[in-house]
Amino acid sequence: MIKKARELKVEASILINRYRFIFYPLYFLAIALFIYFVVYKILLVNVLNIEFNYKLNYAIFFTNYIEATRQSYVDLYVLGVITTIKISIISLVVAMSLGTVLAIFRLSNVKVLDIFAKSYIEFIRNTPLLIQIFFWYFGTDPLLPKVFTTWLKAQSNVEFAYGVIALSIYTSAFIAEEIRAGIQSIPKEQMEASRAQGFSFLQAMRLVILPQAIRIVIPPLISQSLNLTKYSSLVMSIGVVELMASSRFLFGGTARIFEALSVTTIIYLSLSLAISFALNQYNKYFLSYTRY
Amino acid sequence: MSHARTQKLTRIILKAATVVILLLLLLSEILFSSITLFFKSMITVIFTYPYGVIYNNLMFFLFGLRGKIGGLTLTILVAAVSLLLAFIAGIIFGLMRNSRRWWLSYPAIGYIELVRSVPLILVIFWFCFFPPGLSETLKSVGRVYYGIFALIAFTGAYIAEIVRAGILSVSKGQMEASRSSGLTHTQAMIYIILPQALKNMIPSLVNQFVSLIKDTSLLWFVGVMEFTSTIFATSNREVNTTVTMGLYFFAAVVYFLVCYPLTASSRKLEKKLGVGER
Repeated sequence: MIKKARELKVEASILINRYRFIFYPLYFLAIALFIYFVVYKILLVNVLNIEFNYKLNYAIFFTNYIEATRQSYVDLYVLGVITTIKISIISLVVAMSLGTVLAIFRLSNVKVLDIFAKSYIEFIRNTPLLIQIFFWYFGTDPLLPKVFTTWLKAQSNVEFAYGVIALSIYTSAFIAEEIRAGIQSIPKEQMEASRAQGFSFLQAMRLVILPQAIRIVIPPLISQSLNLTKYSSLVMSIGVVELMASSRFLFGGTARIFEALSVTTIIYLSLSLAISFALNQYNKYFLSYTRY
Repeated sequence: MSHARTQKLTRIILKAATVVILLLLLLSEILFSSITLFFKSMITVIFTYPYGVIYNNLMFFLFGLRGKIGGLTLTILVAAVSLLLAFIAGIIFGLMRNSRRWWLSYPAIGYIELVRSVPLILVIFWFCFFPPGLSETLKSVGRVYYGIFALIAFTGAYIAEIVRAGILSVSKGQMEASRSSGLTHTQAMIYIILPQALKNMIPSLVNQFVSLIKDTSLLWFVGVMEFTSTIFATSNREVNTTVTMGLYFFAAVVYFLVCYPLTASSRKLEKKLGVGER
């Protein structure tokens, strides 16, 4: 009798595995129904007296948020996505160049440069980005010449510029450490061996060290750019209309919180998935044949 | 080439060189003057700064409004509480992620990937604005608690990845040996694998705590009175931009003083445990 039950179990598991495209969604449906009835209907509604009456209304996206110019919230979201991508790309480029210079400072034999770069990196890495954004935007006026600040305030995109400054300075500290670690991870003997072969220093750097270092550095750099895209949402605090700010406009104006935040989540998710897809492709094609 | 032509060429080159040198001089003059101006203004700021603003509001910065917890205390408290709870969530989700059963690993993968690919402000907005809009009972709960839940949900995903990496860093032979000596899978996990994994995880957990302290500043967006909000409120009261600059610099220095010892200690631990060398 017991044996028969066991056989039945095995057969059932084989069947479930064979038709898993039917069974797995069924499992999820069962879990969802369980949560809906037991957790929501019984626990929340009957025991705790909490009832949700929230009706979804995604048509809110097509209403105008400025009647005069007839701009709908979809336009606002498009503007937000474009600004997010723009600010991340510009600050990534600036941060890369700054970070490379800092990494060279860290690796140089001049002690003053090393100490300067080290203190810069440590100070930037250990303070929150929000404070840095506020510092650059609200606080740098008395340090800069008056001609420059008056000129800057006449521009239309001051917030964007300050956002780029804060984001690129914040990210450059992280990128510098990644680049330094990448170059230092190549063993010293490689340089010595290539010098002994008759290469000049620059030739050895260009032909032997850097091709290996870049291969190591690029995956963490891509994850840093992912972080940058996520952290670029903080510049909404000084008034840059990027994705998070446009969603805030939507739920601030219409109180449709779920709609606004769900669409924003999906957009951020697809942005990050695109970047991590690029990372995986890179790993597949360039890192598969290197062994360390 | 004729003699006259070479003379002409050299004259042109000389003229160009003088122009370039003059331009460089001008540029260096501008650079030098701007740098000296910058340092001059910095020195004047340092000597004429009204330090009374910081001194008078120090209790507000450290402890918040009277009768309520706030300021730096709230920042550290929120960070500590959410790290503790996020650690529990992280261990649960990390073990789920490592599991071979699909109905355990798939939800964990979904949760971790979803949270890791979304900015923290979005998570905070989800937690702080969506539930209070649903019912009256949920509206009465303070914003701080929703903020703590958001931080737990966010940090839990990162700690789950740390836990997974820690478990994978323990060699496979440990598990096989403990299984062959008669322990069950859960017993081996609790008594053999997890203690070793925890030891490897400590540096990255400390780093996570540092980034959590930095991330609590984002509760400014939902109006929790932590350190950044107290600084912001004080700087809004002042008209002088010099005072504003000093206040934000003070805030950065305080955050640095809180975070840097932790970072340095985690680096030391990393060296001591030899985690980074593997």
